[in-house]
Amino acid sequence: MSTAASDVRTNYLNADYSVRSWLFTTDHKRIAILYLVSITAFFAFGGVMAGLLRLSLLTPNGDLVQAETYNKLFTMHGITMIFFFLIPSIPAVLGNFLVPIMVGARDLAFPRINLLSWYVYVLGGTFTLVAAVTGGVDTGWTFYTPYSSTYANTNVILTALGVFITGFSSILTGLNFVVTIHKMRAPGLTWSRLPLFIWAHYATSLIMLLGTPVIAITILLVALERGLGIGIFDPNLGGDPILFQHLFWFYSHPAVYIMILPSMGVMSELVACFSRKRIFGYNFVAFSSVAIAVLGFLVWGHHMFVSSQSMYAGMIFSLLSFLVAIPSAIKVFNWTATMYKGSIALETPMLYAFGFIGLFTIGGLTGIFLATLAVDVHVHDTYFVVAHFHYIMVGGAIMGFLGGLHFWWPKITGKLYSEVWGRIAAVTLFLGFNLTFFPQFILGFLGMPRRYHVYPPEFQFLNVLSTAGATVLGLGYLLPILYLTWSLFFGKAAGSNPWGATGLEWQTSSPPPTFNFDKTPVVTEEAYAYDSQLEGHRA
Amino acid sequence: MPEHLPQVAHQFEDAAQQYETATLGMWAFLITEIMFFGGLFAGFFVYVLGHTQAFAEGSRHLDLALGTINTVVLLGSSLTMALAVRSAQQGHRNGQALFLALTIILGLVFLGIKGVEYAHKFEQHLVPGPQFQMEGSHAQSAQLFFSFYFAMTGVHALHMVVGVGLLSWLLINAWRGKYTQTYFTPVEVCGLYWHFVDVVWIFLFPTLYLVARHA
Amino acid sequence: MWPTTIGRGLRWLPQQASTVAGQVDALFLFLVTVTVLFSGLIFVLVFFFALKYRRRAEDERPKAIHGSLFLELFWTIVPLGIVMVIFVWGAYLYFAMTQPPAAAMEIYVVGKQWMWKLQHPGGQREINELHIPVHRPVKLTMTSEDVIHSFFVPDFRVKRDVVPGKYTSVWFEATKTGEYYLFCSQYCGTSHAVMGGRIVVMEPTDYERWLTGSVAEESLPVAGEKLFARLGCSTCHRTDGSGRGPALAGRFGKSERLASGETILVDEGYVRESIVNPQAKLVVGYPPIMPTFKGLITEDGLLQIIAYIKSLKLADGTQAKP
Repeated sequence: MSTAASDVRTNYLNADYSVRSWLFTTDHKRIAILYLVSITAFFAFGGVMAGLLRLSLLTPNGDLVQAETYNKLFTMHGITMIFFFLIPSIPAVLGNFLVPIMVGARDLAFPRINLLSWYVYVLGGTFTLVAAVTGGVDTGWTFYTPYSSTYANTNVILTALGVFITGFSSILTGLNFVVTIHKMRAPGLTWSRLPLFIWAHYATSLIMLLGTPVIAITILLVALERGLGIGIFDPNLGGDPILFQHLFWFYSHPAVYIMILPSMGVMSELVACFSRKRIFGYNFVAFSSVAIAVLGFLVWGHHMFVSSQSMYAGMIFSLLSFLVAIPSAIKVFNWTATMYKGSIALETPMLYAFGFIGLFTIGGLTGIFLATLAVDVHVHDTYFVVAHFHYIMVGGAIMGFLGGLHFWWPKITGKLYSEVWGRIAAVTLFLGFNLTFFPQFILGFLGMPRRYHVYPPEFQFLNVLSTAGATVLGLGYLLPILYLTWSLFFGKAAGSNPWGATGLEWQTSSPPPTFNFDKTPVVTEEAYAYDSQLEGHRA
Repeated sequence: MPEHLPQVAHQFEDAAQQYETATLGMWAFLITEIMFFGGLFAGFFVYVLGHTQAFAEGSRHLDLALGTINTVVLLGSSLTMALAVRSAQQGHRNGQALFLALTIILGLVFLGIKGVEYAHKFEQHLVPGPQFQMEGSHAQSAQLFFSFYFAMTGVHALHMVVGVGLLSWLLINAWRGKYTQTYFTPVEVCGLYWHFVDVVWIFLFPTLYLVARHA
Repeated sequence: MWPTTIGRGLRWLPQQASTVAGQVDALFLFLVTVTVLFSGLIFVLVFFFALKYRRRAEDERPKAIHGSLFLELFWTIVPLGIVMVIFVWGAYLYFAMTQPPAAAMEIYVVGKQWMWKLQHPGGQREINELHIPVHRPVKLTMTSEDVIHSFFVPDFRVKRDVVPGKYTSVWFEATKTGEYYLFCSQYCGTSHAVMGGRIVVMEPTDYERWLTGSVAEESLPVAGEKLFARLGCSTCHRTDGSGRGPALAGRFGKSERLASGETILVDEGYVRESIVNPQAKLVVGYPPIMPTFKGLITEDGLLQIIAYIKSLKLADGTQAKP
């Protein structure tokens, strides 16, 4: 296999510099870059709102913004971060870039549909941004009826349409991945030789395909009810507001697995490379991804334990919620075991991996608290839940995204970033994150409800700690934006395999040529074959 | 880079891989559509269990004759679609064009009859909203039935419109001789879509029109 | 805007002011222990491995270890066992938390944007406050006038959503006198965060004094009886059963057979539904002629009528079961 390292050759970046060649590209790698730029913009938008929320919570009387403004801020922070950042993030950026290369293909199965998915994402995002600047929406990202369908007087329909449209972006991405992984693997690349990143994206894509349509129809129904006055969720017309919750959470719980599974896929790649060892228990890790996807569809009622759902339904959902935790635990144990007798290097991506393992473990275990019926009654709808999901989403998913971004940055851009700044940022983020969100566990147990713009004065100290942490966290996010951008212009050229990793993506140049490989690779080994003679050399 | 036949896209090794990929892609998409309609059906079933009488009342106001005719029309269109796919597989240009045109016509007939039904409902004040009016004691809950009726048949009709559009595009290409024995994937894939839209109706029709027969 | 009588300075733990609080806290503490132990284990292992096996030479090539079926089974079954223990413990406690004792004092609650209206059986009304005696189980029957709210008392460890169109209920027994926060914990619009107040737990004698000292209003059953007459219900629901509708004495709490063939329990929810949507669940043997009172009666009025119907005794003096 060729390992040509020079970036003077034509690659996917310098093949054509025109704007038209970017906006009409069907190259999965360019589409990944388009997504990277858009999701970063949305992340900044959502982040600014988070900053305003935390600033406002410095004082118990909500002196910074009015109640209605605060309510709009937390709603739009949630919608932006979930639908426009987290759900696309790893799949649309790293997945789009790597899935074809990792399976040895020239592109995804449907390149034009891939481009369409980006435009659909941008269209949905535009609707939502317009909704935001023309008055905002204040229903919470959960849109509970009948508040959202009858009582709210903000831009519910516009936002609902934005989310509806963006859902199709998700569906198209998932469809592309599933078909590509099934039909376009290189010769010799059997399912059991696939990188775990691919397994994770396969499981994620299954959820995208099966879950997203349900939220689409649910949100459509809310818009219809609001716009046309039909009464599906309106108790005054015989409707049932709890039906909305069932339909909403049927998607939105699996959605959280859409947000975390790809990160877990990244983890497997990072831990294997920076321990220079095969992943311990490959079959179990692969199977766990699929198990999480399947079980994830059976637990939605754990968001509704106090909603007037029957006690027996509550018990069933509680039991299943405990079961879904087990595959995640299996993964964490296997990653840890991979490090045993490995050759551990502590470069930036591995620091993010450590951050993920620690924070995801805490986040996941606090999920156990919420699955416990009697405890959830107390902490439901409090800051305990807010802390739990930020540990998973930020401490888990975003750490995974950043770790992956740093790992594959040399491949994607052909440049090396400053390792010193990389490590500083990773540590800053870890510390800032814990200071922001750990106090929220305590606040929640004390009883501070979520979505409150004011609070009893005795909660102030913990809120101040949290806001201080948010400042550090914000700084931490600024750093990669700066030094990664800097590396594009001034970074050293990267070779084809700067980390000495296994995997087909490291067999081609950095950046790769437009069609990925000079000739179709043939796979003869399992994934992570670090112990064989040929792999593992840095180049 | 390997030599490619004109119609095999660059990311595929050969026409067979392209064909298999396209069909798997359409099946995956149809599964998402099952989940989409599934949400509506799930909501309907929850309510019909709680408001059986009212839903039966509402269902009795639907035009069973028109609904039955539409079912026959749509089934017929699935037949003509299957024949179109067969013509494409055999490379018969005229057969493809004829059967695609027939399918489009039958699809438009379906939509036309649906339009007539909707107009009737409008005249009878059975459209949910402030204008809704129904005699009998179950009016309040029956409005729920009509909400589902319009949502479900409306979304289905939208899918039909998209289908007719796709078939028109196919017709133009078929007339130009684009589909042959070696390359008929788009016809087959659109055929899958059309059959699916038909199958949804096969579930919609008894669900909405035949509730009263159960109650 | 917070009741200034509660502010306690910096707290790290909520108070234990109800019979279940201590039990919930015990389970919570167990969960904290499990979390600390497991995360601690992972942190220590990762740290230790990173140190001990750090890369010393660029061409190091560790031997491959594919896995260990024993370890996989071990770390699947042990966590599964632990979470099953937690599940059973939590479900058992939850079950107890949803079964109010038979002699619980009934309070009726209506939530609306953005306040809580609470009514004692004797007619005393409160806004955003609830005075109750210590050591006495209290059962709240709640509904909403508009959107979904949630009744949350952290120091009691209880919470239940309050849903329009139906009744939900929650019960607790306070164990310490004092004042405790009441929060709305389901986002309900602009003033969601200030839709709160306090629960005031008093010694029984103080509570009695408070009751008599409260603004004198009719008791709920009396108000309900007046409403029953004013809305014309007594026209058809005659006490001797000679009207076009069924007599209601002694019916609350019993089962009724419906025209559709099913059997139903006559509880608060059924009475409410029969008033706002009479034809939905018609009792067998009666014509479907009752008009709907939707829009003609408030949630408060509905609760008054329900209290009245509950109080109706049969000829032999038996009362309907609460």
